Amino acid sequence: MELLAYAAFFLTIALTYAIMCLGLNVQWGQTGLFNVGVAGFVGLGAYVSAALTTPDAAERIGGFGLPIAVGWIAAMAAGGVLALAVGLLTLRMRSDYLAITTFGIAVALQLVFQNAEVLTGGAFGMAFIPRPFAGLQGQSFAFNMVNLALTAAVVAGVYLLLEHLLRSPWGRALRAVREDEIAAQALGKNPVLLRIQAFALGGAIMALAGAVQAHFIGFIAPGNYLPMMTFQVWAMLIVGGSGNNRGAVLGAVLVWAIWALSGAAISEIFPAAQQARAASLQIVIIGVMLCIILLWRPQGILPEVRSVSRHLGIRNKDS
Amino acid sequence: MSTSSQPPILTADSLTKSFGGFRAVNDISLTLGAREILGVIGPNGAGKSTLFNLLAGAIPLDAGRIGLDGVDLSHARPEARIRAGLGRTFQIPRPFARMTVLENVMASAQGQRGERLLPALIAPRRVAEQERANAVRAREILDFVALSHLEDQPASVLSGGQRKLLELARVLMAEPRVILLDEPAAGVNPALLDMIIDRIIAINQLGIAVLLIEHNMEMIARLCPRVIVMAAGKALAEGAPSEVTKRADVIDVYLEGMPA
Ligand SMILES: Nc1ncnc2c1ncn2[C@@H]1O[C@H](COP(=O)(O)OP(=O)(O)O)[C@@H](O)[C@H]1O
Ligand SMILES: [Mg+2]
Repeated sequence: MELLAYAAFFLTIALTYAIMCLGLNVQWGQTGLFNVGVAGFVGLGAYVSAALTTPDAAERIGGFGLPIAVGWIAAMAAGGVLALAVGLLTLRMRSDYLAITTFGIAVALQLVFQNAEVLTGGAFGMAFIPRPFAGLQGQSFAFNMVNLALTAAVVAGVYLLLEHLLRSPWGRALRAVREDEIAAQALGKNPVLLRIQAFALGGAIMALAGAVQAHFIGFIAPGNYLPMMTFQVWAMLIVGGSGNNRGAVLGAVLVWAIWALSGAAISEIFPAAQQARAASLQIVIIGVMLCIILLWRPQGILPEVRSVSRHLGIRNKDS
Repeated sequence: MSTSSQPPILTADSLTKSFGGFRAVNDISLTLGAREILGVIGPNGAGKSTLFNLLAGAIPLDAGRIGLDGVDLSHARPEARIRAGLGRTFQIPRPFARMTVLENVMASAQGQRGERLLPALIAPRRVAEQERANAVRAREILDFVALSHLEDQPASVLSGGQRKLLELARVLMAEPRVILLDEPAAGVNPALLDMIIDRIIAINQLGIAVLLIEHNMEMIARLCPRVIVMAAGKALAEGAPSEVTKRADVIDVYLEGMPA
């Protein structure tokens, strides 16, 4: 029972990463947009939702005690608007500007989380974030299971939405721009508009992931949203299969499993004094895994499927 | 200046483009009749593809004016020009490599409701209806260019000649009134050549005007009543292919490009 409860807890966290990964897949996998500030969008979603839903707190502004669903929707809106702004500023320019800008924004947001104490609680972060099904908190098994079900439902919802969109003419135009921008433009596609849309959609999904994760864990701190998180999400997408939504989910669960297991192993093997340093072994392990995948199966475990318009009634063929 | 007996559909006045200090296109004017096939010939580096890039909006003009059926497109974005009915192919084909041949063609349809995010989300039936109609048309076009048997293949597997045909199929899918064809037969195996010539005639008979860059003089002679000869960015001569190719200055620029 205890083990099952832990497994449910583990899977729930992995699925929150799966949502981030789905967001990155819209941006990178389908559109070729290089976002190296994933953690910033995730963190923004977490903080926005937390600020709206936590009970009133004396030491900071916010704490409106709003329903969780309101927090999630607001998080998506915030992530979408931030991505829209970044997109409007950079997506007309050379693609490397997007990378630099997203990296800068993630660093800046992290500093805001850390220092804007009246809004974010500073280095200590925010606690008492309402957890879904909080009434069940006493029974850890039931509590973890219903939260797992809820998170899985969010993953399924995002997955279905994206599959629907990516197999529509919109998704086809997105891929056309990714494949050859000049040809797509000559055939009437507006690359800037399509990229901005895809980037905003991805940003909204990442922020939703942040909100879902924050509410499941119940507290957040600025240290959760370091560049390490961006690295993890990228590793998940590359391992799972960039361009493939199922690959994104699979990669998230797999890489998170390896991350969690190696973390547990390190805390068993190394004495307490060494653990902080040994933790970097986790990064090495993920890095080695990435190298293996890139050498052995560069398109990821589940490669992109040649998706044909969903309206043609042709079955997708794995390439 | 060049004229044809027909009412003009495409007009270009004094187009000029420099790269650094180098004038790749130097004061070129032309008029394309609504049902004409007009040839553009000239040695490599004459500026022919650059002229197409200017007409299609892939690169901005330094000076000059471009009109399509009376509408000024001089500064329009490439997407606006194809929507207005001015389509182009590329000398070096640019297929969407990881998309299927059918998807390549379908992506090129204009006015797709489902390409807008909101209708794609909330109006699936209307999008589906249009998709089915577009699929029928895309398959007809693939049939027309003899690529039907490859519709499920990723475009990356196509041969050089097949890529040229896919370029043609994609631009036809956009239902243009004018097509700029940049060396549609270059590198194509000779067996395909007759078919490509035949298809260009058929396209023209549908009422589409064609501006054709081509090195193959047999093809030019069979397709174009009139050609413009470009050399060093300028229009050197103009007239019937059989006549211009007799002119000493035209022969000279061609010979210059030849290895001695
Ligand atoms: N984007 C560009 N930048 C710099 N030079 C260019 C560019 N495009 C074409 N050129 C130069 O312009 C000249 C004409 O090229 P092009 O139009 O491709 O000739 P053609 O199609 O007649 O063979 C060539 O000397 C080429 O090197
Ligand atoms: Mg050329």
